[in-house]
Amino acid sequence: MTAAIEVRDLHKYFGENEVLKGIDFTVEQGQVVCVIGPSGSGKSTLLRCVNRLEEPTSGVVLIEGEDITDPEVDLNKVRSRIGMVFQSFNLFPHMTVLENLCIAQKRAKKRSKAEAEQVARANLEKVGLSDKVDAYPAHLSGGQQQRVAIARALSMDPDMMLFDEPTSALDPELVGDVLDVMRRLAGEGMTMMVVTHEMGFAREVGDKLVFMDGGVIVEEGVPREVLTNPQHVRTQQFLSKVL
Amino acid sequence: MKRSTKRRLRHGALYALLLGAVAAIALLADWKAIQTNFLDKDVLASIWPEIVTEGARNTVVYTAIAFVGGLVLALALALMKLSPVAPYRWIATAYIEFFRGLPVLIVIIAFAFAVPIAFGSTLPGGSRGAAVIALIAVSAAYMAETLRAGIQAVPKGQIEAARSLGMSETRTLVSVVLPQAVRIVIPPLTNEFVLLLKDTSLIQVAGVGLGESELTNFASDNLNITSNGTPLLAAAILYLIITLPLTRVVAYLERRTQKAR
Ligand SMILES: Nc1ncnc2c1ncn2[C@@H]1O[C@H](COP(=O)(O)OP(=O)(O)OP(=O)(O)O)[C@@H](O)[C@H]1O
Ligand SMILES: [Mg+2]
Repeated sequence: MTAAIEVRDLHKYFGENEVLKGIDFTVEQGQVVCVIGPSGSGKSTLLRCVNRLEEPTSGVVLIEGEDITDPEVDLNKVRSRIGMVFQSFNLFPHMTVLENLCIAQKRAKKRSKAEAEQVARANLEKVGLSDKVDAYPAHLSGGQQQRVAIARALSMDPDMMLFDEPTSALDPELVGDVLDVMRRLAGEGMTMMVVTHEMGFAREVGDKLVFMDGGVIVEEGVPREVLTNPQHVRTQQFLSKVL
Repeated sequence: MKRSTKRRLRHGALYALLLGAVAAIALLADWKAIQTNFLDKDVLASIWPEIVTEGARNTVVYTAIAFVGGLVLALALALMKLSPVAPYRWIATAYIEFFRGLPVLIVIIAFAFAVPIAFGSTLPGGSRGAAVIALIAVSAAYMAETLRAGIQAVPKGQIEAARSLGMSETRTLVSVVLPQAVRIVIPPLTNEFVLLLKDTSLIQVAGVGLGESELTNFASDNLNITSNGTPLLAAAILYLIITLPLTRVVAYLERRTQKAR
């Protein structure tokens, strides 16, 4: 089976600054891979290279076997297969929840209005926010906004989901609802790559844990083992600070 | 002395000063002369209703045409300024700097008189049309900067969210960026509209035909005919009737966006 995501020797420079220094890793179909590491280690940059929101300087990114660093590739098509959820939600503030979920379905997937709304309602139901279809994002709590953002990404019927610290901007009491949605998604077999500081989630839901530092993957393995018995000094130091 | 007493004394003095000033103006002003020169009923009757149906109407029409034309050109300039292709940015910058650096009057005269000589043909709408086109050219330069700032004020995360959903660059601009930018630029654009409305009074230097006068031109013509200031006062009141609600709207919108943040 081809891997969902395969990254080979990925390098990323911002000007002179080398932020990713040769990254190799794979996410298999249906796998949940969690990425942890100190601030500035390049986690977001790596995630953003996977759907080319950030242009890799060199290296290869294969999405279900297709090299998306090829200039010939239809990036919009590729991106509609990869859902992305941001730390700051990034809902469109001038649209209702329903419009947020429908706009890309209609414009990028060319779905009819009726079909788009049907898909949208089903996904809102999934994140437990059916009653908010007509609300504007400003009237929702952070946790609700993030669940809408997840529903928006799911409405494109993606093959995989990328999460960049989806709960870091939330008040502690709102984190649980979002993690529940993600846990359920993982249970349904969704392929997920999650940058997170939620070690409990990583341990419980993750199939693989990747620890990054200074633009390289220092250590990866089964979450429970990496968390309880880290092999590298840098992993040990990081975990002793956050656990 | 207690501080509150001091403050009360200072306020009292300020009120006394204001009252004194008002009283002095009322006493010094020649009310009889003001009435015969600025509030003449017969003169008002002679310009009514043409001051509205011709003067004010033309002012609004010229402003509307110049504003819409200027806005379209401004959007093109703003997008050029944000273009990744450097020559587009240079052209837009040069255009904006050029027209913002010149007095509007010079641009109107140039379009009305110099352009026909230089290119051997007149612009559409005669000299009046040339003057309106000059206003379009100048207002576009100002509005382009306003629009550019508005577009750039839309958070980058909005564009990233749209692109990550597979929406094209153009679709993202049309559906996500511009609608949010519009909200941001409505107050400054209303200000531009008010400035433009007042600048239409300069169109008369191009020379306009019968029935084409805007408010200021209409008033000053009738000032000369009647040797009476009433048309001027009437025109001033009509300008305020149009501009005051607009400036109130801007104040309201600015308060509202501040609250939404
Ligand atoms: N657009 C950019 N331009 C220049 N430098 C950048 C840019 N984006 C990120 N960087 C730099 O790249 C490095 C890695 O950033 P990145 O956001 O990937 O880290 P991170 O691991 O996600 O950190 P955090 O946990 O704080 O989110 C940082 O040093 C950052 O300053
Ligand atoms: Mg980050």
